[in-house]
Amino acid sequence: MVLKKNIAVSDNGFLFNPTTGDSYSLNATGIEFLKLLQKGKQNDEIIAEISAEFEIDTITVEKDLNDFKSTLVRLKLAE
Amino acid sequence: METKKTYERPLIKPLNTGLMNKFGTRTDYATFPDIDGAPVADLLEKYGSPLFVYSENTIRKNFVDAKRTFETRYPKVQFAWSYKTCYLNAVCNIYHSEGSWGEVVSRFEYDKAIQNGVKPANIIFNGPHKSDDDLRMASKNGSLIHIDHFDELYKLHEIASELNIKPRVAIRVNMDVGIYPKWDRFGFNYENGQAWEAINKIIANGKLELVGLHTHIGTYIMVTSAYALAAKKMADLALSIKRQFNKTITYIDMGGGFASKNTLKGAYYPGTDTIPDISEYAEAITSTLLNAGFPHDELPYLYMETGRALIDNAGFMAGTVIANKRLSDGRSATIVDFGVNTLFTSFWYDHRVTHVEELGVHTEDTVLYGPLCMNIDVIRENIALPALRPGNHLVVHYVGAYNVTQSMQFISFRPAVVLIDTNGKPHLIRQQENLDIVQSHEVLPDYLNNK
Repeated sequence: MVLKKNIAVSDNGFLFNPTTGDSYSLNATGIEFLKLLQKGKQNDEIIAEISAEFEIDTITVEKDLNDFKSTLVRLKLAE
Repeated sequence: METKKTYERPLIKPLNTGLMNKFGTRTDYATFPDIDGAPVADLLEKYGSPLFVYSENTIRKNFVDAKRTFETRYPKVQFAWSYKTCYLNAVCNIYHSEGSWGEVVSRFEYDKAIQNGVKPANIIFNGPHKSDDDLRMASKNGSLIHIDHFDELYKLHEIASELNIKPRVAIRVNMDVGIYPKWDRFGFNYENGQAWEAINKIIANGKLELVGLHTHIGTYIMVTSAYALAAKKMADLALSIKRQFNKTITYIDMGGGFASKNTLKGAYYPGTDTIPDISEYAEAITSTLLNAGFPHDELPYLYMETGRALIDNAGFMAGTVIANKRLSDGRSATIVDFGVNTLFTSFWYDHRVTHVEELGVHTEDTVLYGPLCMNIDVIRENIALPALRPGNHLVVHYVGAYNVTQSMQFISFRPAVVLIDTNGKPHLIRQQENLDIVQSHEVLPDYLNNK
């Protein structure tokens, strides 16, 4: 999955897709996931960083990451 | 040691403009951690999940409020608890302790009412199916038998002769009060003269004591004027009986059918904004009866059989999130451990659902599925909920009416029922089913026993 390059996300979770004009809101965890994806981090790195920062097990993070990525693809924010 | 941040499932939600309904409900962001002071998570741990929870405080408050509402408008009011709405003995006995009689529609319910200490004379026996034995028993006991059809009327004539007693009866009357559907399957019709014919037969025969008139115009009636019209027709019948036969009718039973604050499926506005207050129903009925032309000393008693409006908001379904999943079209879905077999009213209502634990303020539109391996097991087709995780707890509101009585054992066991008393102390009032209970009525023929 590759995140589209031109999407913009603010610190408070407002995401704008200039290609389509669509906007989205993200929760705090969503912002963290998206920023790590924007940095080009791989799944293992994201899972490690999130589980180090948040009170959560790695299996849950992995499940949530997969779901989050598929949602980004569905919303045409990634391909 | 550094404290880690609280985790929440990552959410991304499209922001739509121009699609807002200015009358739309706000999302329930607030947690609902306890019921009358009893922590929901503790209740689920102790009694199992899912769990029905009833609030005694709310039951009593509903009843006292309704009683006061009617009694401040009309001098002679008697409530009878509608057993079929919720016939858990603990619940029935709360209503009886507040002075409510029993309104039953089967021998099973009748026997329950007797066991709950209701005097036989204070039991109203409604319904289209009363066996010969039921009618004999109720006649001997002096209960109020509400006749549903001519076959029952003739049978009661026979029984009265056979037992040489005069059963106390009323006729159930159905009528057009401008609402749909018209409940003409119960009782005798007003407009086509059937009700008057039944009255004529009872009085002419003389073997039955016609003490009342009963109607029940429908269920979840949101138009109070329908009750005013029904009360007018009932009063006209009673006054006609007085005029023609010089007989005073003791009571007019207006049945029930008042709506609760639940939101019906497909409704544009939420039930909390659209359902009339009980005082509006009371005003429609009582002002009509007071102005109908009864002599002051012959004003009939007003009997009310209100069920749903007195119990729905006192009942909760507490349960647990099993899993989250993503549907083929990308919608979020959550599976919970309570299904439509125990939460039957999910077919009728968009129930309010709140979360027990502190969760984030971001919500996601979600389909709420029950645990049954059946496609129909949908609690809510679409509800905005925070990012739930397996193990989180939810509370479904306004489930006090008809769910426990209509719940069925299917695939899994029916849950326990707990009553929170007026001091906030929980009491188990119905045990969770188990395999022994479910199989206790099965009989395995010897030749099929493979053990």
